[in-house]
Amino acid sequence: MTETRVLLANIDEPGLNTIAVYERLGGYRSMRKALLEMSAADVLHELEESGLRGRGGAGFSMGKKASFIPKGAMDKYLCCNADESEPGTFKDRLLMQKNPHLLVEGCIIGSIAAGANKGFIFIRGEYELQANILDAAVAEAYDKGYLGEGILGSGHTFELVVHRGQGAYICGEETALLDALEGKRGNPRLKPPFPANQGLYQGPTLINNVETLCNTPIIIEHGADWYRKFGEGNSTGTKIVSVSGNVQRPGNFEVELGIPVRELIYGLAGGPPAGRDVKCFFPGGSSAPVLTKEHLDLPYTFEAMAEAGSMLGSGAIIVVDDSEPLVPLALRLAEFYRHESCGKCVPCREGTNWTVKMLERVDEGEGTPMDLDILEQVQGNIIGNCLCVLGDSMAMPVASMLKHFREEFEQHMEQARTKRDLAEAVA
Amino acid sequence: MTEHAVPLPPGWDEAVRLDEDPATIPDPASVEVPPELRAEIEGHMAKYPDRHSAVLPALAAAQRVHGWCSPEAIHQVAAVMQVTPAYLSSVATFYDMLRTQPTGSRYLYVCTSVACHLRNAKAVYEAIEAQASEQGLDDWEVREFECLGACDMAPMASIDGRYVGPLDEGEAGELVSALKEGRQPFPGRGLPDPGFRLPWQDGGTAPDRPGPPEEPDVHPAGGTWEDAEVLDVPPVRRPLQKPPPPPVPLSPGTSVAGESVDPATRDREAEREEEEERP
Repeated sequence: MTETRVLLANIDEPGLNTIAVYERLGGYRSMRKALLEMSAADVLHELEESGLRGRGGAGFSMGKKASFIPKGAMDKYLCCNADESEPGTFKDRLLMQKNPHLLVEGCIIGSIAAGANKGFIFIRGEYELQANILDAAVAEAYDKGYLGEGILGSGHTFELVVHRGQGAYICGEETALLDALEGKRGNPRLKPPFPANQGLYQGPTLINNVETLCNTPIIIEHGADWYRKFGEGNSTGTKIVSVSGNVQRPGNFEVELGIPVRELIYGLAGGPPAGRDVKCFFPGGSSAPVLTKEHLDLPYTFEAMAEAGSMLGSGAIIVVDDSEPLVPLALRLAEFYRHESCGKCVPCREGTNWTVKMLERVDEGEGTPMDLDILEQVQGNIIGNCLCVLGDSMAMPVASMLKHFREEFEQHMEQARTKRDLAEAVA
Repeated sequence: MTEHAVPLPPGWDEAVRLDEDPATIPDPASVEVPPELRAEIEGHMAKYPDRHSAVLPALAAAQRVHGWCSPEAIHQVAAVMQVTPAYLSSVATFYDMLRTQPTGSRYLYVCTSVACHLRNAKAVYEAIEAQASEQGLDDWEVREFECLGACDMAPMASIDGRYVGPLDEGEAGELVSALKEGRQPFPGRGLPDPGFRLPWQDGGTAPDRPGPPEEPDVHPAGGTWEDAEVLDVPPVRRPLQKPPPPPVPLSPGTSVAGESVDPATRDREAEREEEEERP
């Protein structure tokens, strides 16, 4: 099985980040088509028909989201979520670095569908190289008249600004991103109202992930029917999957949705190092509940992952091999979410902290038989009880590790306790 | 420690001056701001419908000038943007890349998040940190960082925005001494370097990380785990199930739709029944 390169078709072309090369390879054709040959309603219809689902994590239909934006004359905004911080995910980095104009074109098409006249690309501050490349691409697009007032004489006005974040995982959550963009601490907001009704500066706002927007020029160019041929069931199109962790060839692979997970991990990424086996894997970034090697033959679709009790999320597979102790991994995971919790909701702020403390006890041999039960209970009390899913993002994988590998947690606790006792006896 | 008219209560840090009025929006005429910084902040403010949106780029710009978000830097941004310094510090303390301590004007972030953790990142970070303190890497902020979005290069580090990887613990000394001497560490192995390739993109494989230490199969004298269950441990209550949503919308003045019993009473009854069931 090989990759199906649609988004990444020309990714190795030298100089693709310049407008000259991008246009030579057919770039900005879809923008012309959408602006000059199609009405805004046609563009929206095409996106809805394509079945394109959000590539950022939630997997919500992109066209449907755009259709929620109210019609009429008012300030509407488009936000591109380029705050790619989900551990294990690095697909947007590749797209923005190598093919920034695809994203700019995608933003323009998104703005036509949503009727937005002002757009922001919220890129994480750590991506300095990619932000500079995007800045240059946006400047080139302005020079060519593809951005600004009355693009190509069509009457559609769209301004695009690249906005750098300053390092906060939570700003990848759409409403926290809006707060950060408004110059505040990145705290998630209560939903509803959803951003489509009241988002940035209280105006209707369409927020989409980089990869989602990068798909739109392809859909407009080839049509929804062509696009729907890729993929399986309601998971249409291709997906860039970032495979990392204990594999021999980590990297980004663009595949049709529906490819077996085994093909991704073993075929494309080379599988775990020789002599080792997959113990478990995160199918959609570190927030996704782990699946075990029994799930390796499932098709990689939104539906199949959900049915197996996990999620496709941002499409990042992190592979854990059988030599890896899980307790330190769970602890590392929990520490990450504790650090990144914004502190607005109690279950997440306290729950992540308690989870870290309990896992530390387990890891250091201080754990008692009760700890694993309480650990499970704490996770249950976080899930679904906060404004956003950051707390859930820790609770779900930790709970799933406990569910699948409880024996290992118990064994680890026992061994750590023995080790500690031995050390004390020696001292 | 500065002298205060009223001694500070324990637990407050120096930044809190309870004996003073809160700082107001600085008078723009009385604050000296480097002209380039002023121009940059004003440029950012012009890009957004609301000038507050420029807070993050403005603080980042001030940090580049001052090395960190010092009180002076915050004061200058507040003067240009016409917001209170407290508002800016509230924002600055939220974001990891904005420094609220003078830890160094350049940064070396070592990713130790999940994917890098699986590739020995902790040891790499510890080696780098040890080398940094040994060789005296001044003016550099060396810290562990959240996932930097380069798990294909794991374990990796960001050197002032230049992603370098995959790293090995043995390379920590070379990395730190290059930074100390002002050289670019590992030329050709950074993401922006021309012709950058990962080792396994040309047929190789990723370096294997050392496995965990062999654990002995432990059979402690005190018994095994199964025995622990019979110990006198208080039972753990299962997580509470959420009540199912009411079938019809609530009419005004009622708490639970179609419920004749007061919910509070019912709960107490249920508890009593539970009590009776217990031995």
